Amino acid sequence: MKKKVISILMAGIIAASLAACGSGGSAAPTAEKTEKTEAAGGEAAEKAGGEGEGAVLNIQCWNDEFARRMRDHMPGYEAFDKDDATKGGKLGDVEVRFAVTPSTDNAYQNNLDALLPANADAAADEKVDMFLVEADYALKYVNTPVALPIADLGITEDELANQYKYTKDIVTDADGNLKGLSWQGCPGVLIYNRDIAKEVLGSDDPEEVQKAVADWDTFKKTADQLKEKGYKITSTTNDSYRVFSNNVSSPWVVDGKINVDDNIKAWVDMSKEMVDKGQTGTADLWSEDWSKGFAKDADVFCYFGPAWLINFSMGAVDDGVNEDDGSRTFAGGWAATVGPQGFYWGGTWICAAAGTDNPTAVAEIMRQMTTNEEVLTDIVKMDNDFVNNKPAMEAAATDDSFAFKPLGGQNPLGMFCEGAEKIDLSNISEYDQGCNESFQLAMKEYFEGNASYDDALQAFFKAVVEKYPELSY
Amino acid sequence: MKKKKTGNALRHNRWGYFFLIPFFVVFVIFQLIPLVTTIYNSFFEHYFKNGLTEVGPNLVGLENYKTLLASGDILIYLKNTMIMWVMGFVPQIIISLLLAAWFSDPSLRLKGKKFFQSVIYLPNLIMASAFSMLFFALFAETGPINSLLMQIGLISAPYKFLSHTMSARALVAFMTCLMWFGNTTILLLAGMLGIDQSLYEAAEVDGASSTQIFFRITLPILRPILLYVVITSLIGGLQLFDVPQILTNGQGGPNRTTMTLIMYLNKHLYSKNYGIGGALSVILFFITGVLSIIVFRINTRSQK
Repeated sequence: MKKKVISILMAGIIAASLAACGSGGSAAPTAEKTEKTEAAGGEAAEKAGGEGEGAVLNIQCWNDEFARRMRDHMPGYEAFDKDDATKGGKLGDVEVRFAVTPSTDNAYQNNLDALLPANADAAADEKVDMFLVEADYALKYVNTPVALPIADLGITEDELANQYKYTKDIVTDADGNLKGLSWQGCPGVLIYNRDIAKEVLGSDDPEEVQKAVADWDTFKKTADQLKEKGYKITSTTNDSYRVFSNNVSSPWVVDGKINVDDNIKAWVDMSKEMVDKGQTGTADLWSEDWSKGFAKDADVFCYFGPAWLINFSMGAVDDGVNEDDGSRTFAGGWAATVGPQGFYWGGTWICAAAGTDNPTAVAEIMRQMTTNEEVLTDIVKMDNDFVNNKPAMEAAATDDSFAFKPLGGQNPLGMFCEGAEKIDLSNISEYDQGCNESFQLAMKEYFEGNASYDDALQAFFKAVVEKYPELSY
Repeated sequence: MKKKKTGNALRHNRWGYFFLIPFFVVFVIFQLIPLVTTIYNSFFEHYFKNGLTEVGPNLVGLENYKTLLASGDILIYLKNTMIMWVMGFVPQIIISLLLAAWFSDPSLRLKGKKFFQSVIYLPNLIMASAFSMLFFALFAETGPINSLLMQIGLISAPYKFLSHTMSARALVAFMTCLMWFGNTTILLLAGMLGIDQSLYEAAEVDGASSTQIFFRITLPILRPILLYVVITSLIGGLQLFDVPQILTNGQGGPNRTTMTLIMYLNKHLYSKNYGIGGALSVILFFITGVLSIIVFRINTRSQK
């Protein structure tokens, strides 16, 4: 008898676990704590939800950057949780939800690839309404019907007149349709450690330092000088990668064949030399070994990066709210100069997903966050970001009140403005993300002496073909 | 129990079939159908261009197998997998046999046996990915192991554990060993406790040393369990994935020398390459089958 009871119990447990598998995943994430937040904020909020549109606006993203921008700057938007912006909020009577999938190992794109093609058939509250993309793979989504043309949302060319041209070029498809908008521009500069500059170069004045990094030959000489005093010029080889890869004369893929540009080869040669001399490391970007150089007493002379690198990656900014995290950024010990070559790095674009049931709210967010000069100026002031609005940036460049605290009171916006105008995107391809990633990883083996250059190159080709079976080498 | 051939017993037996249903449902849904579709897919060219645009399915026959076997990469990854398995399994089985022998020997009068039997199993309770993350942090260039070694003066500059083939493989092997030796110990212990005590007593009366008892009595009688342990471990070893995947950030570095077969399979999922992925799975299926048969043969033949 006892056995029978037990076996029935076991069978029951198995059945129950099966049933649980089936029903999982439908539970609403952001909880039902939708206490009626007052429909605060004027006009913007009231017209957020159009007639007969969805009650939930889903945004796909890979970190909390956009969620924080929304929380801090979007007119009429009420965040549920002031400390964790990704918990979402209310825009008028539309609930905004963020789904964060980290971009590591392509997880973010895999997630989009699974969701977007089936978006039209998804349940109303589950539909993706907006998704964010990065420059490296923007073309992949822009060239397919999963992203809606901006014109379909009712946003006109005239409204975008103040945006930098390159930010529009990246997200324009083969037929000339603009399919995404960005609030930021990402021209990059060389961000250097003031203390090390003073000690080794005798001055931390940006103009003086620029002379020591004016081109790659002087850059290498400076690296020798720094090495003598025990400093590394960059944290890892990958720091300078973007500067080379943005100045290529041919794209990664030409007629379905993988192509390694001469300038990329130049990066390999310079990096190998520097690694051998101990002037830089081989850690991956974003690793702890890489970000160690942000600390106050670190031995890294410079990083290459756009404005977001300073405010988003290099440590807390001393804004009276943040606590001292021991970073050089908090202490204001950095300065910026143009560096050997102009480049851009990253940037986030907002795309409207085909099949969205909230086109009005999506258009509203896009307008406010990327074209409203007041909102954008606010972002520069509060977050030290470089925003996608020419008149605002040019005015800010000459205004001392826009000085960056992490840069010890320097105002680098003029440099960024100049850089943004010069960005040339004629050689991007939809395979950039996979190629850049695989190339850096493959070359790491060469730099560390585990493989010859040719072996590393073969490994790179192999890795790319695994990712993109349609390519050959 | 003797079977009675009455109608009552037959009707009673029906319950046996009912209780088997959950197993067969799970088996068919999660094992049989995937198995068949995998084999089916392996004959097609079917992938997603840049993850988004579908290509195929086009019937290509054995083309996928040709592509895979022609490149010769499979052999390299098979070798990596086997090296790491052996490196982890040999110490693991030695430690497990030793521990099981000690735990099962009443003459040792070990205290806190139950406690230690639970403790050695604990590493297996941690998720492999969490365990790998932990080791990744411990053995990073700026991690605690390096600073420890530098402080006691063993090395002057940080050693990049994950940039050298031997150390990276050794780390993987060490982790799998650490995770599974408790499990193996428990299995062997169960086998050893099942051995008739009178055999040991007789041996002792005949004046056999404890080494002789172990090699002449315990091991031969333990053979079926040992065989089971070797085969399950071999199959598990061939499917080694989570530990090296996370430890090397999915790259199988340095130079793909810690890349296992399943990690290679995972690489093809980037483009949702069902064709090549299917073919690779089928090859892996055969390798596992062949190796298992070999191990099985060796063990049963020498028993005669």
